[in-house]
Amino acid sequence: MATIVPISLSVGANRIIPTVSIPHPLGNPTLDPAAEKQLRRHLVEKALNALQTDVTEQTVFSGE
Amino acid sequence: MKLELHRIRISKLEFGSSTGVRNGVLTVNKDELEKFLLEDERLAGVSLDVAHPGESVRILPVKDAVEPRCKLSEGNEVFPGFIGDVDPVGEGKTLVLEGMAVLTTGRLVAPQEGIVDMSGPGAEYTPFSQTCNLVVVLEPSEEVKLHEAESVCRIAGLKAAHYLASRCKEAVLSQAVAADTVETFDAPALTEAMHAYPNLPKVAYIYMLQSQGLLHDTYVYGVDAKKILPTLISPTETMDGAIISGNCVSACDKNSTYVHQNNPVIKQLYARHGKELNFVGVIITNENVTLADKKRSSSYAVKLARMLGVEACVISEEGFGNPDADLVMNCWKAERAGIKTVLVTDEYAGRDGSSQSLADSCPEGNACVTAGNANMMITLPPMEKVIGDAPKADIIAGGFFGSLREDGSMEVEIQAILGATNELGFTRLGAYTI
Amino acid sequence: MAYRVVHYINQFFAGIGGEDKADHELEVREGVVGPGLALANALKGEAEIVATIICGDNFAAMHSEQVCAAVENACKQYQADLLLAGPAFNAGRYGTACGMVSSFVQKNVGIPAVTAMYKENPGVDIYKKDLYIVETGDSARGMGTAVPAMAKLALALLKGEQPSKEHGYIERGVRVNTFYDTCGAERAVTMLLKKIKGEPFTTEYPMPVFDRVEPRPAVKDMKSATIALVTSGGIVPKGNPDHIAASSAQNYGEYSLSGINDLTADKHQTAHGGYDQTYANQDADRVLPVDVLRDLEKEGVIGKLHEMWYATVGNGTSVANARRFGQEIGQKLKDAQVQAVILTST
Repeated sequence: MATIVPISLSVGANRIIPTVSIPHPLGNPTLDPAAEKQLRRHLVEKALNALQTDVTEQTVFSGE
Repeated sequence: MKLELHRIRISKLEFGSSTGVRNGVLTVNKDELEKFLLEDERLAGVSLDVAHPGESVRILPVKDAVEPRCKLSEGNEVFPGFIGDVDPVGEGKTLVLEGMAVLTTGRLVAPQEGIVDMSGPGAEYTPFSQTCNLVVVLEPSEEVKLHEAESVCRIAGLKAAHYLASRCKEAVLSQAVAADTVETFDAPALTEAMHAYPNLPKVAYIYMLQSQGLLHDTYVYGVDAKKILPTLISPTETMDGAIISGNCVSACDKNSTYVHQNNPVIKQLYARHGKELNFVGVIITNENVTLADKKRSSSYAVKLARMLGVEACVISEEGFGNPDADLVMNCWKAERAGIKTVLVTDEYAGRDGSSQSLADSCPEGNACVTAGNANMMITLPPMEKVIGDAPKADIIAGGFFGSLREDGSMEVEIQAILGATNELGFTRLGAYTI
Repeated sequence: MAYRVVHYINQFFAGIGGEDKADHELEVREGVVGPGLALANALKGEAEIVATIICGDNFAAMHSEQVCAAVENACKQYQADLLLAGPAFNAGRYGTACGMVSSFVQKNVGIPAVTAMYKENPGVDIYKKDLYIVETGDSARGMGTAVPAMAKLALALLKGEQPSKEHGYIERGVRVNTFYDTCGAERAVTMLLKKIKGEPFTTEYPMPVFDRVEPRPAVKDMKSATIALVTSGGIVPKGNPDHIAASSAQNYGEYSLSGINDLTADKHQTAHGGYDQTYANQDADRVLPVDVLRDLEKEGVIGKLHEMWYATVGNGTSVANARRFGQEIGQKLKDAQVQAVILTST
């Protein structure tokens, strides 16, 4: 889970979840705490989904 | 736009009853300058010291270096948005106190401030061992929060630099003191620039500014660079301090205000201008923390280069790690638009030099100049005098815990030394593969 | 006065025997043996081979610590200024032994070493980063060119000269700092003008190439899977107990999540010096999503959140260090029967 996807691709990650921002990849301080946690949960669920998906090459899970 | 730089060469600093320059000696009224800086209520304490090349002096943690400048001509003052108003600079006449710098130091505002040794092995790595330095030790008030403390220190450095030059201005205007050199830089209107030297290749400079967030920032006319779209700036504006460092990232490759004022890429492009190339513009861009920003800024910067119709450009980076992604995007987008590039960066190849030096890569980056491996270790012997706060070296990036030994010597990566691997190509340091 | 050199060779080149004598125990003889004679001639009196260490290839492989210690002692006893080892050509065990003793002596005696091998000798990949290895042919027929090349490189090192490509060593892939005659900006504009004109130029740093790994198969049963959290964003217990550096990390930390359902500002922080720490210090879940994974654990979406988390700082940290951290953490997670890892990066 990383914000700068081109670097993740360059260094060879296989399952990549794009995140929010470098200092807060899994959060957004401008949201209220409940909405921020919901955002984080959404990203983690994407990661769990990626882990349950077979891939044959480097894959960016950018969709919903 | 035409700018004349009137340079007075400073070879010595001393404290005295009145601030002014005579025979290359800058006398500083310590009381007056300290009081002036203390007008900022957010400062609890200010003290001044001087350090000269060759002395057994270590200064740390250094936040910024600034070259004293002020306007000799009418119009807006230098450091627009901070000292000067937000109107344009880069024209007329500017007084420069050359061969010296104001170094701001004091309580750490982030764990990444820099070391300046005035002699010994560390001195070879910092450009500021070659300048006479007025060191401004700053102590922000207890209640001032971290981010504001950075701003307080940043502005104090600019005020001190402007104060010193301003106190020499009358003597120059009244011709009591003559500038040692006067150099004129011309940045003509695009209509003229485009038709000048039809047989020479048009070249631009893509100037990347650190803008990762609070404490890792650069200001342009007072605007936080993370909030800009890439834009054109006249090279003469940079000489009047239009670009200011608010950057507390690793000391080796953050661009201090001094190197923005004396950008060596701009200097070298001017040196070849009209002879081997036609230097038509400087494009500033940023290094933000989201992917969308990185994509937008790189595309926009390259678009500006295309609008200028340049054949080639130099691209300089600031910092390392995720800014490598900005550098790489600027590179391949320019190359694929038919614009040839040379990249200026530095390296993080590990202490043994055997790891990959950059975090990102593209095949188009086939012309790269490097300012050296920042992870290289160096032992800095003890100095007779330390200005600042030696124990802070423990948390300087590139040092490691326990790096300060009992005898006062330090073992650190050159990453901890101010300007050691400057990615504007300010110094002669580089690296090669064995 | 001539420089003093100690030479390491195997049982075969010492004339003791082939594979049947590969267990030959290490011995030290004064003066030259085998290829040492030709090497001594090539050193042209500027350096003298004062002793020769002979060791069977199997013995060296089986008793590496003892062999390294004996070579160290011999170098000290004979006051060697440099160690020569080989040439080993394409002999794998011999090449590996030459690399091992050379690298050890450089580190522990503080004198330079020179060895020589065929480029595909397995000793090359292991030791080229640490050593100057002269490239040779694949068999002893290459002795005639290997010997003068080794001697020339040895003399350069003895005189404190920086070896160049002309010395015929295998590129070590190590970046070394140097002060050029001109500043970086001037070099950049000069390079740009050459590139514009289509003239040849040499980049100062060829763009890096990174490893690729095969993707792992999908997790089949998430409801019973143990998921671990690992981060390069520097999330550590308050006070950074393992002193992970703000930049250029030399270590990683291993911390217990036992009893923690949410990372809080009073107990957690980031050690990372490369990004604005404000947001991570306010709420470290923004980098390491412990709160959400605890929820998902309770809801039965995942089987279990692994009881330990691992953290380092990815700020100017070398790939070599990162690789080592990754291998160690990976092994620990494997031993703990973790099925999948979420890696977060800042």
